[in-house]
This record gives sequence, C-alpha cells and structure tokens, in this order.
Amino acid sequence: MSPSMIPPDEDGVGRADRPLTVVVDGVEVPGVHGQTLASVLLCDDRSHWRIAPTGGARGVFCGIGICFDCVATVNGIPDIRLCRRPARDGDTVTLQSRAPQEDRTAGLSLVQAPGTSEAEA
Amino acid sequence: MSGSGPEAAAERNHAGPPLMPHRHRMNRHVVVIGGGPAGTAAAEAALRHGATVTLIDSNEALGGQYNRRIPAAYGVRRPLDIGHGYRAAARRARGLVEHPRCEYLPWAAVYQIERHLDGGCPAVRLLVGVEGDQRTHRVVQGDALIVATGAYDRVCPFPGWDLPGVYTAGAAQTLAKTQRVLIGRSVLLSGTGPFLLPVAQSLAAGGARVIAVLEANPRGEILRHWAARPWQLRHSAGKAKELFEYAGCLARYRIPLRTSAAVVAVAGEGRVQEATVARLDENWTPIPGSHTTVVVDAVAVSHGFTPQHELAVAAGAALTAQGFVRVDENQRTTAESVWAAGEITGIGGAQVAAVEGAVAGIAAAGGDPAADRALRARHRTAEQFVARLAAAHPIHPGVLTWSQADTVVCRCEGTTRGDLTAAWARTAGESYRSTKLATRAGLGPCQGRICAANIDALRAQAAAHPGPASTDDRRGASDYTPMGLAAASAAWRPLAAPIRLRELADLDSEGQS
Repeated sequence: MSPSMIPPDEDGVGRADRPLTVVVDGVEVPGVHGQTLASVLLCDDRSHWRIAPTGGARGVFCGIGICFDCVATVNGIPDIRLCRRPARDGDTVTLQSRAPQEDRTAGLSLVQAPGTSEAEA
Repeated sequence: MSGSGPEAAAERNHAGPPLMPHRHRMNRHVVVIGGGPAGTAAAEAALRHGATVTLIDSNEALGGQYNRRIPAAYGVRRPLDIGHGYRAAARRARGLVEHPRCEYLPWAAVYQIERHLDGGCPAVRLLVGVEGDQRTHRVVQGDALIVATGAYDRVCPFPGWDLPGVYTAGAAQTLAKTQRVLIGRSVLLSGTGPFLLPVAQSLAAGGARVIAVLEANPRGEILRHWAARPWQLRHSAGKAKELFEYAGCLARYRIPLRTSAAVVAVAGEGRVQEATVARLDENWTPIPGSHTTVVVDAVAVSHGFTPQHELAVAAGAALTAQGFVRVDENQRTTAESVWAAGEITGIGGAQVAAVEGAVAGIAAAGGDPAADRALRARHRTAEQFVARLAAAHPIHPGVLTWSQADTVVCRCEGTTRGDLTAAWARTAGESYRSTKLATRAGLGPCQGRICAANIDALRAQAAAHPGPASTDDRRGASDYTPMGLAAASAAWRPLAAPIRLRELADLDSEGQS
C-alpha cells in the first residue's frame, strides 16, 4: 500500500485539516494546508514522480532536502524539492524526467559552480 | 547547565577577548547556523553572555530534526505531543525568537561562506524565503560564527535501495511526526543505532504495522559497549529513560527487535513489494542460507549518520579522520572565529548537541566555558557518549558485500557499483576526481551528499585489494577495518544550497549589502 495520512479522527495531535487543491500534470490532487507538496503526492497514491537517468523511479528518499530525489517543477520553476515545499492552494506541479530517451528533460536549472563537488576527498 | 552561579558571574564580569570593530558594536555579534538542539543552545548561551545573535535556520520553526515541528498551517491542537523534548524545545525557541538581542531568520538557506583575505570571521551569504518564491538576499558578518548544521541518515547501498518505497529512517520519522503521513501499512526498519527506535514508535503510534526493527550489530557487542564504564553515563539519565520508553513501546506494539539482522535487498514491480532479510555475522556479512523474504509496503533504513559539514569546511575548519569537524575543548574549530557544535562534531544525539552548543555559545560570546564546572563535566561525559555510540553501532565492512555490480550507488546520476569498479580498474591509484569525471558519480544535484561516503568506502576497499573488477568482495571485506559511524569525505561545495541563475543575476545588480 502507498503512503497515507493518519486519519484525523485517529490522530492524537488534534487535527482540523483544511483542504486545498494542487494541479499535478493537469490533474487536480487534494491535499491539506500544512502538507508539503511531497506529502500531497505521496498521499495521492504516488510513491514516485520523477525518472532518474537510469530510468528508475524517484520519489521521497531523505525527506529533509538532502537527496534531491523528489524534485519537480512548481509553478513553472524547475527542480524544486517537494519535501521542503509547503503546498499552497492552486500550486501547479509538473513532473520531471531525466530518462535518456525522453525529451521532457527539465535539465538542471540549479547552478552548479565549476568544480562543485569535484574537490578531493 | 543554564543560569548556574559561575556562569552568571562570568556574565557580570564579562570582558571577553579584544572586540572587532564590525558594526561598531560593543558586544560581540555571534552568528549561529542551525536551529536544532546545538544551534539553539548555542544562541541561548551566547545571549546569556551578552552577545548579539543572528540565528539562521533553514526550517519554518526552530527544533532541528530532533524537535522538528508540525507546520503551523496544519493548525493542530496539540503540536508538541509528537516526541521527546518538544515542550522544552518550544520554550527555548520562544525565548530566542522574543529575545531583543536575537535576530531569528527562518526559511534561510546559507549558500556560501565567504572567508576574508585578511582573516577574521567569515561572512555568511544566504537567501531568506521559500525556494521558488522571491527570496531576500542577506550577507551576515559577525564577530564569531557557530556552525551547527547537524547530520542526515547514511544509507549503504543494497540491491533495490533506489526503488520507491525505500526511505531513510529520518524521512519515515519526519513524514510520520510532522506531516502525519505513514510511509506504508507494513514497514520494516533496518540499520543500526538507537535512532531506529523512535522511528518505530512514531510509525506504530500512527497506526502502521512495524514488522520488525532490524539492528545490524550483534546484541552482545552493543550491550558490552553500553554497559562499560557506567559512571560516564551519569548525565545520560534522560537518554536512558527515553530508551526505556521506546523499549516499552516496542513491547506494547509487539514489534520484534532483531539484532545481527538487516534488510540486504528489496524487490518489486516499480516499487518495493518485498524485502530480503538476512542474518549477519559480526562483520555484517550475510550468513549463507539465512535469507528470508518479507512482504512489505515500505522499508526505512539508517546505517548511521553523515555530518552535514560543508559550511564548516567552507569556513576553513579541518575534519577528523572520521570525517567530523575537529574542535577543541571549547568547541572551537581550526578556523579563525569559527566554532562548531552538535552532530557535525560527532554523533551523540540531542542532549549531547545541546551541551556542545552551550559550550560553543559561551566561548563564541567571549566567555570562558570552563568557568561553569557543571557544564564542563557534562561536556566531558558528552564526548564519552559520542565515543560510546560510535563504538556500539559501527558500520562493518561486510555491508560492502550487499551491493551487486548493477546496484546504483549514485542515485542522482545512476552510477552503478560496476561502473565504479571498472573505472578504478582502469585508473588504479588515480584520484577520486578522475573517477567522478569518468562515471559522473557525485556530480548530480545532491553534490555527493548521499553517495560520497559509500563511494569512499568502496574505493578504500578497492585500493586495499587491487585487481580485476571481478575480485570477490567477500574476501576483500573480511580484513577491512570498520568504517565507523559516519566516515565521510571532506565536502567542498562552494554553493551549499541551490541558487537560481535569476537569483544570482539579482545579486549582481544589488551589490553588497
């Protein structure tokens, strides 16, 4: 089974969820205020939403903004880490792929300075 | 550790080292990066010693990972009922946010530490705001810098670890505690260290079935290290109580804790559907014939932690042989005017981090941490706790036998173990850099944060046992020294956080602030 939210009536923290809607590749997806976009997608029965250069699927791995597995285009800006991005009503999310055969590659808009992460151990 | 007599006296008589003329302040300006247990304790101590503080944190609210909060927008009624230490952390956070000499910057991404040619405290360059929104650029120049950026889960590769449904234990914990999301209905936890237990608690309390907690190290070894020199644990009563509670939770939810066992492979159609669990020998090599298959929704893994130390490295701080930031008895790094505290100086948990933070905060503010004898005693046992944790829960080299030639090592670029061993066979004795350029491992958007430590371990093994790529790894692993809790290479990441071309262009036009 895919990830899911703890049902509000079973949750000891006292929830009063306020719904929102985001649009993922043209499809409306429900969420609640306070969720990250990653959580919204996870709870929409999606365990993954990006294709890696290997062709493998990527979703949430580290959950805290370290691994960049979960990036997608949000409101037109590519490579946003969804695990760190609060969902807002009306956000549009476009999924990204780096699969070699696809031309939908969003590329990396993030600046990687020359020599970034190439320094010696 | 706070408000004790000697410390208060030190505050009254505070003279401090020669003050630097920055901003014409008569008190020192201490810049703290990190809002977790170490950073908040550092900020608190520095304020108590008369400093002006800028507290920079990447999250919405103070607390770090250990006391990470449910986002305010959830509007829950009991936001502090999600784990240990939340009430104390919330009190501490309120004290900092409301303090007249503390500037608190949430949602702040430090992308660069700038060292000055003529020395002095490095400047901190950051962007404030949610990534993708219009962010505000800041340059913060203090008299002292405290880096308390914490650590993140280390996961050693195994077949299938890049399938959706495999999460770090930290991700499982963050999702459950602060997003109220369970990674699955049936979950296996695997790895080493006490951190697996609170993750099991959060998942079980949320309604997930935790099939088992698998601790890779042998029970006898763990008990031997934890039982040794009990007097050193006199300041760890809180931690012990916490552990007993987790043990009680495991019993309550009937979650088996198995030692000398691990998830060594997962498989499934497009996502994890089953996990292969093996019994391990003391070297973490799976025992032949011990493999069983378990149906799961998700697997959460933590083989220890990797220090997030690139900002300290950028500030000029040297690392220890184990890859942590090297500090002296006052938490001072080898870089001028730079202190470090918390998990980047050694993995010890929240209480240890808070003690280290307090010491760093006092020292950075110009006080003398040794004047507080109680704090000094706690600091000494904190260091012993770090050493004990590392000894009780090391990563053993048999872990290198789990991955296969086609196992992805660099998740960003898809570099497999076979790609790496082939490159090393071609370029024996040459630098890591050439390997990376040949295979692209570590060149992806995470900048090697996930794979570098694992590649280091594989490379060390390959260097110890040169030969064709088909060399039997098991043989190589048997006499390889343990890697330690978080063996990580020096991280040189000139841009420590993502910054967009547009934002860089904006910086050019606005000039220095």
